[in-house]
Amino acid sequence: MTEHPSGKLKIFLGFAAGVGKTYQMLEEAQELKQRGVDVVVGYFEPHGRKDTIAMTDGLEAIPRRKVEYRGAAFEEMDTEAILARHPAVCIVDEFPHTNVPGSKWNKRWEDVLAMLAAGIDVYTTMNIQHLESLNDQVAQVSGVRVRETIPDWVMEQASEVVMVDLTPRALLNRLERGVVYSPEKAKLAINNFFRESTLAALREMALRQTAHEVGARHGDSDSERNGPEGNAPYRSDEKLMVVVSQDPASVALIRRAKRVADFIGADCMAVAVMKPGEKSAEMRGRIEKHLNFARNLHVDARILESPETAEALVQFARANNITQIYMIWPRRAAWLPLFIRNDLQKVVRMARDMQVTIVDDRRYMQEQERQKEAAPTRPPE
Amino acid sequence: MKTSTEHRRPDPEALLRQVQAAEEYESRGRLKIFLGYASGVGKSHKMLDEGRRRHDRGQDVVVGAIQPKIDREIAHLLQKLEIIPLQEIQAEGVRYQVMDLQTILRRHPSACLVDGLAYDNPPDAAHAYRWQDVEQLLTSGISVITTINLGYIKELQDDVERVTGRRVAQTVPVEFIRGADEIEVVDAPASACIQREGATAEDIAARRHQFAELREVALVLAADVVDRQLERYLERSGVPQVFGTQERVMVCLTPRANGIRMLEVGRRIKESFHGELIAGYVDNQQLSDEDKSSLETNLELARKAGAKIEVLSGSDPMDAILEFAKQKGITQLFVGHSMRDGWKARLFGSPLDRLLRKRQGLDVRVFPH
Repeated sequence: MTEHPSGKLKIFLGFAAGVGKTYQMLEEAQELKQRGVDVVVGYFEPHGRKDTIAMTDGLEAIPRRKVEYRGAAFEEMDTEAILARHPAVCIVDEFPHTNVPGSKWNKRWEDVLAMLAAGIDVYTTMNIQHLESLNDQVAQVSGVRVRETIPDWVMEQASEVVMVDLTPRALLNRLERGVVYSPEKAKLAINNFFRESTLAALREMALRQTAHEVGARHGDSDSERNGPEGNAPYRSDEKLMVVVSQDPASVALIRRAKRVADFIGADCMAVAVMKPGEKSAEMRGRIEKHLNFARNLHVDARILESPETAEALVQFARANNITQIYMIWPRRAAWLPLFIRNDLQKVVRMARDMQVTIVDDRRYMQEQERQKEAAPTRPPE
Repeated sequence: MKTSTEHRRPDPEALLRQVQAAEEYESRGRLKIFLGYASGVGKSHKMLDEGRRRHDRGQDVVVGAIQPKIDREIAHLLQKLEIIPLQEIQAEGVRYQVMDLQTILRRHPSACLVDGLAYDNPPDAAHAYRWQDVEQLLTSGISVITTINLGYIKELQDDVERVTGRRVAQTVPVEFIRGADEIEVVDAPASACIQREGATAEDIAARRHQFAELREVALVLAADVVDRQLERYLERSGVPQVFGTQERVMVCLTPRANGIRMLEVGRRIKESFHGELIAGYVDNQQLSDEDKSSLETNLELARKAGAKIEVLSGSDPMDAILEFAKQKGITQLFVGHSMRDGWKARLFGSPLDRLLRKRQGLDVRVFPH
């Protein structure tokens, strides 16, 4: 159902709060309305920004749904009401939002998929920080671990990704003038998340991602322009296999491998090996958790039962025409149990017909960063 | 494992570089570029609007060059700003619109607006090109805000011509653009696709497609500028390169490495991620003639794949590679079979093992023969 939505999704992509995503989205909504398109605002987060609020003038808004959770009142987008109203286009701010427990859909992007499936076009906003596959890089660059993420396959559903750009300097000017946050909050923000270098790094990531999105959407529709240099998106015969274990670093490994697979247009699967009769429920639980994480990213995930880890992996890889194996070499343990190291080395030695990528566990680098800067770096919301 | 303080021990050369970079940065004017990929989308307007805002904030702004044809809106923006007129020069039967560099230098404003960076100066001018005039303004401490269209950037002309079928004569080298302090891509509004009279649905689709392709090229260039800016910032503040803003693949070439495969995969990654490809080899005087010639073959392949070639030296090849990788923010290191041959004999202390232990934030990909 979600694979081929009939409504069209347009994402306004930014790299920080205050670059003007919502403003630009509403501006386009106003243009649509003027052209006679039936457009409604499904969800809008004013953040107290006057210019942006003024942009909603004259647009029909679907009232929010009031929810009570643990004695507190919350307001969420009323997706059922939007589906019943069935506009041509629906405006939905803050794509990565997580709904209050007890909502029909857990994530706002799931609400949006339901609208698309019903044939409603959706315009929405998000920042690059929220893209799942960039989660580790973002943490590295900004010191912030973003919890609310958009899986890459969801972003792929978009028929258009527009970057809302602003230079970091201009954004800082806005902050200083109090356009984005209140003055005290702005001061805190500038010293932390909104350091110019962090903004520049995030902006670069957003620019590259957008270029990729544009290329992926327009690159393959005509083959004439592709000269001998071959700028055509490569239709890949590559197939990646990620080796998942109970190590928490597996999560970053899966993200990394999936991102590479997506970019080169390759299939990706995740595999864990368990010894027969493995009793530890805790270990099984952790592995299952990692495999489920992979499944949520649309990565096919399997468990192999075998006493010989390396042999089982390489055999499986051959049987499934794998061309690249992704593994991790855990960092923390300089005294790593010998058998794990041997497994890794065995795989490299045995898989002579494949490329083996050994991904670094980058968490330890973040720890170094954290030690360096004791100051909190979370952006104020 | 290395501690964080260990690799932060101040290296005198690095400190000197840092101080020099900071000093140069302080005395130099800032260059801001509005980059467009379609004409008539409002680059000049954006530039003048920024000039007006700066003027209103009390900055000393002048207009050093403006396109001859201006519309009413632009004329309105110009009213508030001081203009240093272009000089009309007739040389060898050609009429030139030359920016009055000497007057601007004497006037020495805080910022100068230069509409249209790609202009050739007359034969006897101080500089052959306008961008060189701008460079002089920058070195003398005057900030410049300027505009350029993608099609006027020398190295991108092939890309642009492939899409638009047009090519212009006057160009600016991409290196100059990459050195900008700020860059803003001026987007063509969606309506720009349908402005032409009598455009059919097919025309509109084709034009939209054209814009999308040009936009991709513009975004990658902007990302490169931001990356360079970030690099310089980190240099000035003495912070080592951060991982992750772009993919940088380094292929380690040896005489026996499967250069074809490694470079092909590297090129593909570079292209799909819009990243960078580097081919590195460690200089080794003791190569046999046969090895030398196969290394040459690999280097030739690397050049064809569009890789930057880096010759590294050091008593320990592995350390040389890792040091370079750290400095350049390499994210993926490709190594060939020789790495794994070593450990067949000795499981520990093998080159690959050591590589894995000492790398930082780097994926290592081992290629079969």
